[in-house]
Amino acid sequence: MKPMILTLARHELLRLFLSPLAWTILAVVQFILAFMFLSHLEYYSRLQSQLMGMEGEHGLTEVVVAPLLGNAAIILLLVVPLISMRLVTEERRNKTLPLLFSAPLSMTEIVLGKYLGLVSFLGVQIVLIALMPLSLLTGGGLDFGLFASGLLGLTLLLAGFAAVGLFMSTLTQHQTIAAVSTFGVLLVFWILDWSGEGAGGGVLAYLSLLNHYEPFLKGVFDTRDAVFHLVFIAVFLALSVRRLDMDRMGG
Amino acid sequence: MDRELSLQVEGLSRFYGPLQAVKDISFSVRPGEVLGFLGPNGAGKTTTMQMLTGNLAPSAGRITVAGHDLLEDPKPAKSAIGYLPEQPPVYRELTVDEFLDYCAAINRIPRPKRRAARDAAKAKCGLTEVGRRLIGNLSKGYQQRVGIAQAIIHLPPVIILDEPTAGLDPIQIREIRELIRTLGRDHSVILSTHILPEVQSVCNRVQIIHKGALVLSDSIEGLARRMQSAVLLLRCKQAPDPAAIAALPGVKNVEAGDDGALRVFHDPASDPAEAVMKLAVERAWGVTALVPQAASLEDIFLALTTKEATVETAA
Repeated sequence: MKPMILTLARHELLRLFLSPLAWTILAVVQFILAFMFLSHLEYYSRLQSQLMGMEGEHGLTEVVVAPLLGNAAIILLLVVPLISMRLVTEERRNKTLPLLFSAPLSMTEIVLGKYLGLVSFLGVQIVLIALMPLSLLTGGGLDFGLFASGLLGLTLLLAGFAAVGLFMSTLTQHQTIAAVSTFGVLLVFWILDWSGEGAGGGVLAYLSLLNHYEPFLKGVFDTRDAVFHLVFIAVFLALSVRRLDMDRMGG
Repeated sequence: MDRELSLQVEGLSRFYGPLQAVKDISFSVRPGEVLGFLGPNGAGKTTTMQMLTGNLAPSAGRITVAGHDLLEDPKPAKSAIGYLPEQPPVYRELTVDEFLDYCAAINRIPRPKRRAARDAAKAKCGLTEVGRRLIGNLSKGYQQRVGIAQAIIHLPPVIILDEPTAGLDPIQIREIRELIRTLGRDHSVILSTHILPEVQSVCNRVQIIHKGALVLSDSIEGLARRMQSAVLLLRCKQAPDPAAIAALPGVKNVEAGDDGALRVFHDPASDPAEAVMKLAVERAWGVTALVPQAASLEDIFLALTTKEATVETAA
């Protein structure tokens, strides 16, 4: 089962990088985040004298890296729908789905393969983002615990975005509709807690993605947050498998 | 289950809501057989093919491929099938080699054998020269060949081709037909089409499907027998009365041609020529010609499908 998923994922990744969209997205996101990163860095150097009292290394990671990862999450909330929208819609449009359906593959393998391909792409994006804070090592130190926890949080969050995107792309033939609805769902999950109850609040606050991401940026690794993300991913992947199965039932 | 059969279909049905697109179809295919699946557009050909290849779940019925039940044991059954849908399922942004390697991989050909499989499929489909070209830049005929290469790369016992010559020019059509004939030697091939001469030229068995039901299943030889002297061409000076001729014993159907002549379809077993002549003399139609004619596949096809229609309106 495993090698099949990897084959599908590699194929998905290859086709992503054959389109200019993937490169454009990597470049634009990198440019915007680099701009934000530099402005935070400048902010830090202005504040440096006041921060002298604290332990220096802490300051750099907290003031520069945590906001960078926070911004990255919001920008990727806009961008992931653009990259996930073509996953199934395009195959449905170009009528290439029969290739997968008539090959000896289970629906779960197909869904996991596509998902893994998308997550690998986002992995590339995360590596590119991580390079920026790492460049600070040339002239200073980083709080690696905080940095690692932030990256782990971002990875889990993006994996969740990807699962939603994949499910939305199984629902329709039109890429724009898949993109808009993915964006809508993600934004709703993001702002569920706008009443500001915080993680301790009601059901809505509990379901908010933001509330399960922020602790990671503060360096708090709570298994419950990680489990929330994993369940979130599993639910949308299961829905995708069901939806594709219905393609064969309905027609 | 008969080990000899590469594909067996029993009582296959499919509903789209209240509409029954495929009605209780049963048939089987032996190795080395090229089966033509013939029918007008919308007869249920594509629906049947989609069910045979696991792209559509049947409402009822059983499909057994090379001894494996397609619904209960899908993976080995699907390994034994190669499918070319109406539109070739190719990724335009890949090269032919990249695409075929991927197809070899998802059809579970072990890695060391993939290259050989790809080269063999390319050689069979005449793609050796274009391996490094992008599929999107190839002509429709070559894209169709890539689609066929994809279907045969894992050497499946059963190859299912849905209208493989649609949209090609006459030379390409001839090449693809030649290819299908070659494939028919080692594999079972099921071919759907609405082009009648195609069936005559490549298939050794034919099935006609009309409104979701099989109305004829015969060998090409049997079909040829049916086509001999099953039609009389009647030409008269006065307008003859088709109803009176249709009422004669042994006559199945009477049809007026564009040229004013009547075509009288009859049972191959009986010859109503004498009775027709007698009737024509009685009514003084002034017969100028009464010729026994070899029916074309079109005639048989029309006779079968229109008969079906009259039965239905009568019911």
